[in-house]
Amino acid sequence: MAERPQHNYTGFLGWVEDRFPLMETWQAHLAGYYAPKNFNFWYFFGSLAMLVLVIQIVSGLFLAFHYKPDTSLAFASVEYIMRDVPGGWFIRYMHSTGASAFFIVVYLHMFRGLIYGSYKGKRELIWLIGMAIYLALMATAFMGYLLPWGQMSYWGAQVIINLFNTIPVIGEGLSTWIRGDFVLGDATLNRFFALHFFLPSLVLPALVFVHIVALHAVGSNNPDGVEIKKGPKGNRWSDTAPTDGIPFHPYYSVKDILGVVVFLIGFFAILFFAPEGGGYFMEAPNFEPANALKTPLHIAPVWYFTPFYTVLRAIPDPFFGTLAMFAAIAVLFVLPWIDRNPIKSWRYRTSAHKINLILFAVVFLVLGWMGVEAVTPAFKELGTRMTQIYFIFFVVLWIHSNPSKAKYVMWFGILLAAVVGYDIVFRYTPGDAGATSQMLMQFIWPVGYLALTLLLPAFKASCNEEKPVPERVTGH
Amino acid sequence: MKKFIASVMFALSATLMATTVMASGGVELEHANVDIHNKDSLQRGVKYYVNYCMGCHSLNYSRYNRIANDLGLTDEQAAKNLIFTRDDNGDLHKTGALMKNGMSQKQSAEWFGAPPPDLTLVGRSRGPDWIYSYLKAFYVDPTRPMGVNNTVFPNVGMPHVLWELQGLQEKHCTKEGEGEHAVEHCELKTVKAGSMTPAEYDQTARDLTNFLAYVGEPAALNRTTYGVFTLLFLGLFAIIAYFLKKEYWKDVH
Repeated sequence: MAERPQHNYTGFLGWVEDRFPLMETWQAHLAGYYAPKNFNFWYFFGSLAMLVLVIQIVSGLFLAFHYKPDTSLAFASVEYIMRDVPGGWFIRYMHSTGASAFFIVVYLHMFRGLIYGSYKGKRELIWLIGMAIYLALMATAFMGYLLPWGQMSYWGAQVIINLFNTIPVIGEGLSTWIRGDFVLGDATLNRFFALHFFLPSLVLPALVFVHIVALHAVGSNNPDGVEIKKGPKGNRWSDTAPTDGIPFHPYYSVKDILGVVVFLIGFFAILFFAPEGGGYFMEAPNFEPANALKTPLHIAPVWYFTPFYTVLRAIPDPFFGTLAMFAAIAVLFVLPWIDRNPIKSWRYRTSAHKINLILFAVVFLVLGWMGVEAVTPAFKELGTRMTQIYFIFFVVLWIHSNPSKAKYVMWFGILLAAVVGYDIVFRYTPGDAGATSQMLMQFIWPVGYLALTLLLPAFKASCNEEKPVPERVTGH
Repeated sequence: MKKFIASVMFALSATLMATTVMASGGVELEHANVDIHNKDSLQRGVKYYVNYCMGCHSLNYSRYNRIANDLGLTDEQAAKNLIFTRDDNGDLHKTGALMKNGMSQKQSAEWFGAPPPDLTLVGRSRGPDWIYSYLKAFYVDPTRPMGVNNTVFPNVGMPHVLWELQGLQEKHCTKEGEGEHAVEHCELKTVKAGSMTPAEYDQTARDLTNFLAYVGEPAALNRTTYGVFTLLFLGLFAIIAYFLKKEYWKDVH
């Protein structure tokens, strides 16, 4: 066994340190972990995600003291928590607000990775583990939403589980296996409760742990995308540490406290003054107990799933729709291998790349918006167009990997032809004038998107210029 | 380029128009204008509720003494004025009991077409404006089994329980325009006065609505007070955290 480093701790701490690497770990991951000194606003969301995870685990534990996973008791037990358990309403609102807060924080955390290329420079595994966390989070949230056993709980789960039915051959068996019964019922509720407890209390913390172990092994990226470990060595804390690094503790711990407080102001403002989040965090039909005989007029999943729900609805064929929905999530896994550009941060990449990322964020928001709206011809088309752009984004991201050699006009032609071809082969129905006119009118979105991301850099050289990445980080 | 902008604007306006049309779908609801902090109104509301509504509509998740406590009534007052329901032994319910009633789900389904729903959470699922408008929207309709219909909840199975107070209304519709452009305007007109004036009835409907809004989420009574103090504390904390961060970061150049 390798020798452990010498230490000067005495007394109780020394006794512990001889037997357990307490201060060694503290030193390696906090006081002696050197993070780039130029972290900005976007770097709050990692620590905030951990905070929300703790909020969810603790509030969830207290809810589990009183909740009953039984179809005849679940709804009443939630109202019992809201009315008869002292402080129960507070615990429950912590949990319901926390669920939405979790996704807000995680989406911003993921977008940070996108704009600063945080999956590059031997950080692919950090991204993959992060995606695994995101998947586990979605599964957890989905199963948790069934537990209050309201109308939306029931019908939302019904819609999602029935998606598995569309898989050829094994579909029916698979969805029965998931439900534990031929219909959504007590068996489903009971196992969803078990899994909703198991995933976030064991699987999520384990994944977060390896996410951070991988991050601390490689080192944090930063808004400049400069590898501080490759820069000069020596700072006022250590001769061997990167000059552009500062100890995580106390510098980022005090900075994160400020981030936490500002986050909590928003969190508690919603919790105390608008716990239903305008009907998006808690949907009104969910205040009616689940009723298998009464389908709500308009079934919408909670807001954090709606972008993918729109992708699902954009393709009328149920199997291919389901496939597209899962593909929309799966494609995020391979992001590090799609974006091959060696420059990490968007600060030093082309304007076209920046436009591409901003439009992607906008498209994601519009997809989310379409998922909560009832389907009208205009919205149906908008959702479909946004779905097309969502997938084209990844191709454009790949094309932007090498701006000096990219054949922009050719790719503009190919991608536009792909959209038109898809529209003609799969979507055009002769005789449906309304749908056709919508299709033509909203053709503007993919054309506009491709023009801004591919034609602009092709014809305006300044939009295709990359800037030199500095040797050292800028500002702090 | 101009054409491009024009077509973008066109597509945008088309989407916007679609949203507005969607939002105004259905019947226009009247604003209930309730205040759950008005205890007098809540006390009147619960009085009307236990007298007129609770025979059919239980409040299964709420307890008598919780309501008494929140509305400033003693347990004795609650027992005397609010409790008319009995337990399995035939004794009047205790004040700590859930507000169940004796309605049989199976039989009531035969009587009304569907069992009268529990209303503990109707203030949250439908909202106060809906309840207030609904209570005012009954009109005489001989084609319906109960002799009344409702503009907010068409073909509802419920009779107009408050008709003695409100009186009876009839629906009068006038058509404007012709063919596919015809627009129907309907109005409810009182044909038989009740024991209350329209203003009194509005207040009664509002009190009932207020009570249902309160009972949907009793925690709302003091939730915002906690919120104010929490935010004040966090606001102070934020200032301290900001200066703490600034002080530490003095060394970072």
